[in-house]
Amino acid sequence: MKVLVPVKRVIDYNVKVRVKADQTGVELANVKMSMNPFDEISVEEAIRLKEAGTATEVIAVSLGAQQCQETIRTALAMGADRGIHVLHDGDLEPLAVAKMLKAVVDKEQPELVILGKQAIDDDANQTGQMLAALLGWGQATFASKIEMGDGEAKVTREIDGGLETISLKLPAIVTTDLRLNEPRYASLPNIMKAKKKPIDQYSPDDLGVDPAPRLETLKVEEPAKREAGVKVADVAELVSKLRTEAKVI
Amino acid sequence: MSVLVVAEHDNSEIAPATLNTVTAAAEIGGDITVLVAGSGSAAAADAAAKIAGVSKVLHADSAEYANGLAENVAPLVVALATGYSHVLAPATSFGKNVLPRAAALLDVQQISEISGVVDADTFVRPIYAGNAMATVKSSDAVKVITVRTTAFDAAASEGGSAAVEAADAKGDSGLTSYVGAELSSSERPELTSAKIVISGGRGMQNGENFAMLEEVADKLGAAVGASRAAVDAGFVPNDYQVGQTGKVVAPDLYIAVGISGAIQHLAGMKDSKVIVAINKDEEAPIFQVADYGLVADLFEAVPALSKELDG
Ligand SMILES: Cc1cc2nc3c(=O)[nH]c(=O)nc-3n(C[C@H](O)[C@H](O)[C@H](O)COP(=O)(O)OP(=O)(O)OC[C@H]3O[C@@H](n4cnc5c(N)ncnc54)[C@H](O)[C@@H]3O)c2cc1C
Ligand SMILES: Cc1cc2nc3c(=O)[nH]c(=O)nc-3n(C[C@H](O)[C@H](O)[C@H](O)COP(=O)(O)OP(=O)(O)OC[C@H]3O[C@@H](n4cnc5c(N)ncnc54)[C@H](O)[C@@H]3O)c2cc1C
Repeated sequence: MKVLVPVKRVIDYNVKVRVKADQTGVELANVKMSMNPFDEISVEEAIRLKEAGTATEVIAVSLGAQQCQETIRTALAMGADRGIHVLHDGDLEPLAVAKMLKAVVDKEQPELVILGKQAIDDDANQTGQMLAALLGWGQATFASKIEMGDGEAKVTREIDGGLETISLKLPAIVTTDLRLNEPRYASLPNIMKAKKKPIDQYSPDDLGVDPAPRLETLKVEEPAKREAGVKVADVAELVSKLRTEAKVI
Repeated sequence: MSVLVVAEHDNSEIAPATLNTVTAAAEIGGDITVLVAGSGSAAAADAAAKIAGVSKVLHADSAEYANGLAENVAPLVVALATGYSHVLAPATSFGKNVLPRAAALLDVQQISEISGVVDADTFVRPIYAGNAMATVKSSDAVKVITVRTTAFDAAASEGGSAAVEAADAKGDSGLTSYVGAELSSSERPELTSAKIVISGGRGMQNGENFAMLEEVADKLGAAVGASRAAVDAGFVPNDYQVGQTGKVVAPDLYIAVGISGAIQHLAGMKDSKVIVAINKDEEAPIFQVADYGLVADLFEAVPALSKELDG
């Protein structure tokens, strides 16, 4: 069974994001970029399936600028077998990403595609669901446990009320939540080995997809700032302020 | 203009998140239709008809909608969407699961988690964990949108008298089946709609210590939440998590106990009206957003707080 893992290059989660003065977006120049943390979880899960003998090959795919190859290399260093890079320099929206991933799925015929539940930059939380729709496959979003069976998978999902379990026919789409696993760090020998693993490159054109965005970003602004508060000396002062000043209790 | 709101419900009651979504629909303007897809869900459809501002309820009642599986609900939404200018759902785990699937089938780029309506085509949404607010304009024929519920007031659940119309079911996809659920049950208010929330972080040290927060919560009528670190460590279940990748809350009062204030946590609570932080480290970033900060050991401060509330 082949497993396909889309990995997105995003601003590192530790970076304090700054809005550009001209309100066209956020500052990306000289900012540390990393693999979307949810995608690290996806790669880890795919590699574990391979280690368990369930998966035969793990393919990491990234869509975007040339530097996405670094993100693919990270996945290869963790243990993915090969990479696919769809080179595109402009903005990409989830629908276009899903269409291109569908084209990759049509070529590669994986039985399972594991995506992150959301990318921590645009926070869209759409791509996996859209890909499932375009393929006509079942989807298990926000997964915290995956059990592979014969021609099907049982997935536990993190939902607002607690946990839910569904069973899906394969091939299927899974999107990962935080508690699915703890991703490994790549060892130095594996980082060296990853340099020799193959990465195929395509253009959106090769895949027959028009990547033009449907949404126009009119402006990007700073959120409203909170006024600095005060320190209280003790619990008595806190409760009295909450009662008489803030009037919230 | 006409807006279709996909209701979240449990077949008997309408989830509060649906009420916030109706308000977002009203800000867009035009007639509001609510879709209730369920099984044995007549009570939910009747409740939807009473929501103020709703002009019609479409009720699809069939076994395949019992558990809100996206593979079954999305084709129904797609079949009904033509004829509407906007399709909305709350940005809850239900809406986030179903709506992008419908959007892709409609060949529409969904707009996720809007926090503001500028006009019928233009919306504001937080990106980068709420560190930036993007104003985006859609050129799609139908706008497919999920709504950040904390950004819109709840519509009145009584006062409307919409007609309930049956909608044809679309059948079972056969792709997925529902196995079961382990839902947290609590007498306390629901986290995302509570007026007061008290959350604990890694500083709580273990799950048993959350009893201290529960005691305070019960005195205040509050819900209990947590940071990711507390959930990952197994102190409390996943549905307690507040933050960028958990639940977004905006209560009148948010009390953060033993939480450092990472960007990802702040993303889920910084729109609260009043924020209190209790932390023993006076340098903790949570104090930068707190209206009232108490530098103290939580194991002394929380029991003292509980006592003080009796006075
Ligand atoms: C103001 C603004 C500025 C932007 N600037 C840029 C920019 O400069 N450059 C740019 O490229 N985009 C830019 N974008 C687009 C944006 O960052 C996202 O790429 C796009 O909207 C997809 O949303 P998402 O990744 O949040 O999707 P989600 O649905 O949240 O992603 C979920 C999962 O889908 C998969 N996935 C998503 N995208 C990719 C990908 N490209 N490759 C592989 N897997 C993927 C991953 O598994 C990911 O975990 C911008 C968007 C906005 C609003
Ligand atoms: C992809 C991704 C998504 C994430 N999503 C979320 C999310 O949705 N929500 C979220 O919360 N986090 C999220 N995080 C994690 C986030 O980055 C932080 O790691 C997390 O919020 C830290 O939790 P904490 O504040 O409880 O723990 P810590 O940062 O360890 O802070 C514990 C605090 O407790 C204080 N403390 C300890 N003992 C005491 C005591 N006795 N009395 C008083 N104070 C005490 C300490 O001073 C410290 O400030 C995410 C991270 C990633 C990478």
